[in-house]
Amino acid sequence: MNDHSITLPPYAKSLGMRIDSYEGDTPIIAMPFSDIVIGRPGFLHGGAMAGLLEIAAMASLRSALNKRGIDYSVKQINVTVDFMRGGASQTSYAIGKVNRLGRRLANVEAAIWQEDRERIICAAHMHYLVRTKE
Amino acid sequence: MNDKIKPLTPSWFPKDGQFNIDIIRKGFNQSGHTKFLGMEYVDGGDDWLELSLDWREELVADEQSGVLASAAIISLLDNATSLAIFSKMKAFKPQATMDMRVDYLRASPKGARVYGRGECYKLTSKIAFMRGVAHNGDIDDPIAHVTGAFIQTSLSAFIGKVNK
Repeated sequence: MNDHSITLPPYAKSLGMRIDSYEGDTPIIAMPFSDIVIGRPGFLHGGAMAGLLEIAAMASLRSALNKRGIDYSVKQINVTVDFMRGGASQTSYAIGKVNRLGRRLANVEAAIWQEDRERIICAAHMHYLVRTKE
Repeated sequence: MNDKIKPLTPSWFPKDGQFNIDIIRKGFNQSGHTKFLGMEYVDGGDDWLELSLDWREELVADEQSGVLASAAIISLLDNATSLAIFSKMKAFKPQATMDMRVDYLRASPKGARVYGRGECYKLTSKIAFMRGVAHNGDIDDPIAHVTGAFIQTSLSAFIGKVNK
């Protein structure tokens, strides 16, 4: 069953990101290529790629937390981003994966591809502090 | 297709590669993502450079708290460290971010301007090692720390001929 309670924050919407589809319960986030995400001419800005990864990672974590049925607040602790290939002038897709969800800590990774899902252009792993809302 | 490929260096990138801080000041934020984020040049030295951006509703990651998207801070630090490397090289050479690790020490509060200071602390023939700090005006009270590396690329990779 798809979880449609995932909403994207203003930052994601202003960069044109949308939920493209779902893989199981996890949303795949799409970001169109446009003037406002360009770094060097013709390529995505590294920060925009990091932004897409952040949104995809958070969406996968929200989806995992929703399954627990408890309201959580989530705070990002850190991120490591690997830039592997230039982001070409086409739509980018990203999905997050929760590798471990503990009571306090979540280990999450995310990856971006463009036309070929097997060809990852940028990836990241993040730690989040997870707290039960009172 | 191939005949459509033309050099795609940034418009502010001088043809002779000569380094000039005024070129950064006037040019780096005139288009693309840096323009969208509203980055501005603050200050710089031989191996460091500071940029800033203003809080804006459009850049918020959490509507309840108004906290900025952490990726806006990554973009700021990416640009500040990249430009710090040009400053240390005293040249504009094509480079790409290889990796970045960012630790978020605290949230940047709603409405607060964010400063990003980047430093290139070691330059080798191919790799530039960098570090940096994001803050709200007091560098001793940082929002985030970054470390990472940039790799010098061939011009052809930079403009997109060989990337497959």
